[in-house]
Amino acid sequence: MSDPDAFRADVRAWLEANCPPEMREPVRDEADVYWGGRNATFKNDAQKAWFEACRDKGYTVPEWPKAYGGAGLTPAEGKILRQEMSRIGARPPLSSFGIWMLGPALLHFGTEGQKQRFLNEIAAGKIRWCQGYSEPGSGSDLVSMQTYGEDKGDHWVVNGQKIWTSYADEADWIFCLVRTDKENKYQGITFMLFDMASEGVSTKPIKLISGNSPFCETFMDDVKVPKSYGEDIPGYVGQINRGWDVAKYLLGHEREMISGAGGGDRTSAIGAAMKRMAGELDPVLRAQLAMFDVDALAYSAMGEKFLDEMKSGKGHPAQPNMMKYVGTELNKQRHELMMSVGGSRALEWESEDTGGGKPSRNWLRTKANSIEGGTSEVMLNVISKRILDLPGA
Amino acid sequence: MPLYHDDDQAMLAETASQFMAEEGAIAKQLRHWRDRNCKDGFGHGLWKQFAEMGFTGMLVSEDDGGLGMGSYEAGIVLEEIGRNLTPSPFLASSVLAATALKHADDAARQRWLPGLVSGDLVYSVAIDEGAKHRPERIKTRAEKSGNGFRLTGQKDFVLHGASADMLVVAARTSGADDDADGITLFAVPKDAANMSHDAVRLVDSSMASHTKFEGVELDGDAVIGEVDGGREVLNAMLTAGRIGAAAEGVGVARGAMDMTVDYLKQRKQFGKLIGEFQALQHRAAHLYSEVEIARAVTMKAAQLLDGGSEKADLMASVAKAKVAKAAGLAVREGVQMHGGIGMTDEYDIGLYMKRDRALQEFLGDMYYHASRVADMSGY
Ligand SMILES: Cc1cc2nc3c(=O)[nH]c(=O)nc-3n(C[C@H](O)[C@H](O)[C@H](O)COP(=O)(O)OP(=O)(O)OC[C@H]3O[C@@H](n4cnc5c(N)ncnc54)[C@H](O)[C@@H]3O)c2cc1C
Ligand SMILES: Cc1cc2nc3c(=O)[nH]c(=O)nc-3n(C[C@H](O)[C@H](O)[C@H](O)COP(=O)(O)OP(=O)(O)OC[C@H]3O[C@@H](n4cnc5c(N)ncnc54)[C@H](O)[C@@H]3O)c2cc1C
Repeated sequence: MSDPDAFRADVRAWLEANCPPEMREPVRDEADVYWGGRNATFKNDAQKAWFEACRDKGYTVPEWPKAYGGAGLTPAEGKILRQEMSRIGARPPLSSFGIWMLGPALLHFGTEGQKQRFLNEIAAGKIRWCQGYSEPGSGSDLVSMQTYGEDKGDHWVVNGQKIWTSYADEADWIFCLVRTDKENKYQGITFMLFDMASEGVSTKPIKLISGNSPFCETFMDDVKVPKSYGEDIPGYVGQINRGWDVAKYLLGHEREMISGAGGGDRTSAIGAAMKRMAGELDPVLRAQLAMFDVDALAYSAMGEKFLDEMKSGKGHPAQPNMMKYVGTELNKQRHELMMSVGGSRALEWESEDTGGGKPSRNWLRTKANSIEGGTSEVMLNVISKRILDLPGA
Repeated sequence: MPLYHDDDQAMLAETASQFMAEEGAIAKQLRHWRDRNCKDGFGHGLWKQFAEMGFTGMLVSEDDGGLGMGSYEAGIVLEEIGRNLTPSPFLASSVLAATALKHADDAARQRWLPGLVSGDLVYSVAIDEGAKHRPERIKTRAEKSGNGFRLTGQKDFVLHGASADMLVVAARTSGADDDADGITLFAVPKDAANMSHDAVRLVDSSMASHTKFEGVELDGDAVIGEVDGGREVLNAMLTAGRIGAAAEGVGVARGAMDMTVDYLKQRKQFGKLIGEFQALQHRAAHLYSEVEIARAVTMKAAQLLDGGSEKADLMASVAKAKVAKAAGLAVREGVQMHGGIGMTDEYDIGLYMKRDRALQEFLGDMYYHASRVADMSGY
């Protein structure tokens, strides 16, 4: 790589010039996150400027090749960029399932034509994607899914129902697991890509315990999915009937992402901020916070080690399961403590002071962390089988 | 610096791992000396072998005849020590005393370092006064007397204090017991008059002493660093020692975990390997996660210390506390998952539990360090 110190200096200067002060504030709610897509709007000029600067520099996906909209950074350079962004508290310029999940799968399994088209669109925030994996009868046991695509030569006709599809009602396209061979459990699934505006696709929001409903049931009723979107642009990723390989690969990235949200990038103790909120802390609460901070700070070191190992190819392939398990459990605990510190104020569900009940809504939302993307129990199963090599039942 | 071993460090890990598994093994060292009721609690022959391997002086600078390595490398050796429960004065001599001696003048370094590097001498440190680690308060006094000092007081939990050739003693030369300033470090040789050791065997078969100083006369050369300015050196010593103790604790945790996971794959009950029961699988997987995280933060703390970062002190406390949690879990689950056999003296798993208990107390338990994390973070 280039001289690391020189690179760091360049990055610093670039961030100084391009990251507006408003984008260095912690994310407070959904409106602070830019998801891109056909119908996207910016919350304010700063958000727009920050997104566009990053997009033009390739910094929405810094480690992707330049040809696909990235900046072509080496892992070491990527680490420096992340460190510098976190040093000034910069918000991510673009959040997207395309970046976290589909992108890595396409980089690994996609054709050149798919990469050219879809990766560039993802990097530029043009298309918002959603993930169609789970079905009402298939959650943890995902491979039992039944949504079926009948082969009609140059296209499939897809029928079935997905559930828990995050933001399906706001997404432009879906990456979707569809059974294409009923005889073959693992080798009978195809990983399809199609437009949510296709005829026969409909969504219905699911209201969560937090009162919000960013999740949907997604229904597919005789949806026509082309096998090709142009030369070298298949409508599916990997091979027909081998979509399970892609799905598993992608879940690894999903888990990495969720564990990151769970505390991987938080490197300072929360107790100090809690004390500012509460004034004085009960000694027992202080002790709980201190024990939590020990775990959280230690986990952030693990996050650094994990990324270093992944990037250098030294990591165990099941290590993301461990990160996901611990990160999400910690994040739930963090919000339990925040509720305790907040006291009665944190219970207010609608008042202006709490921004419409943010503390309690966020607290409730975190309970899904250890369910979505595979439950904690399923993570522990994977660790015990694949890392500890314990015998199967 | 990435958070994994580079090629040189991987080689050191390989060497240390092989050496400790062969020469430092439980049957050959810990059980051997314990069953003989050895008054030192460790074998001097092994300590000489440590020297031949280049371990004893690894933190000593090259100018002083050592290898000039860092806390990270010492951690690699300590992890293997922990894994094999190898009794040795490495932590006390090569980490704590060696760190203090870095701050000593030429004469003191020339007097004490060659013996440490060659493995002929062993040292220890005398910090604690009472059953709990509380170095913020130091009562032991050293009063000016002629050209030197007169040392009075009592120190506890002095690792292998009675067999040490020299003790680094933290004493008060001015101010009140709770003052940060007014501390001076002294190198007190074994044959000093009016020093006595009440040696005690601890739960893990190691030896420690209550050491009394009843007017021990020291000349000016005994001072390490500045008179009244010893707090900084003491802190440097503590940080290195805490990270070292954490690294050894990681080894203890990994050793106990490995034994346990192996056992889950061998023991049959109800017609199945007990490792097939999900109730045990989930606990083992949770344990694995905790031990990995404890290891990561210990490596991180060492890296920060070696890099001269001001966050090293905070991360040292995080590491010490996290390791205490994780290693405690490892030994408790270890004994429990072994069932009845885990309670027997014949099986090693109980030895891990005992060693862990002693290491947890050394240089501050998890409550002490979690509280420090809160203090340093401003709450
Ligand atoms: C907020 C949220 C967002 C989501 N977003 C998406 C999305 O965008 N796209 C998508 O496709 N899916 C999404 N999901 C679905 C998610 O992946 C599933 O909810 C999850 O995989 C669990 O499946 P389930 O809900 O059917 O629970 P079940 O599989 O029915 O599990 C019920 C309980 O049994 C336990 N259990 C199940 N099997 C085992 C086992 N073998 N051993 C031990 N315990 C077991 C589980 O851990 C759990 O505690 C989302 C879910 C949530 C809550
Ligand atoms: C101090 C002491 C005194 C004793 N006194 C007597 C006595 O006087 N008379 C006598 O007859 N016996 C005595 N025992 C034996 C005692 O009853 C057994 O140790 C006990 O029943 C456990 O059996 P085990 O040691 O074979 O462990 P195992 O059955 O091998 O168990 C090993 C581990 O696997 C777990 N495990 C086993 N099966 C399952 C499962 N299905 N699901 C989940 N986890 C499982 C256990 O909980 C344990 O953690 C004594 C034991 C001790 C330690």
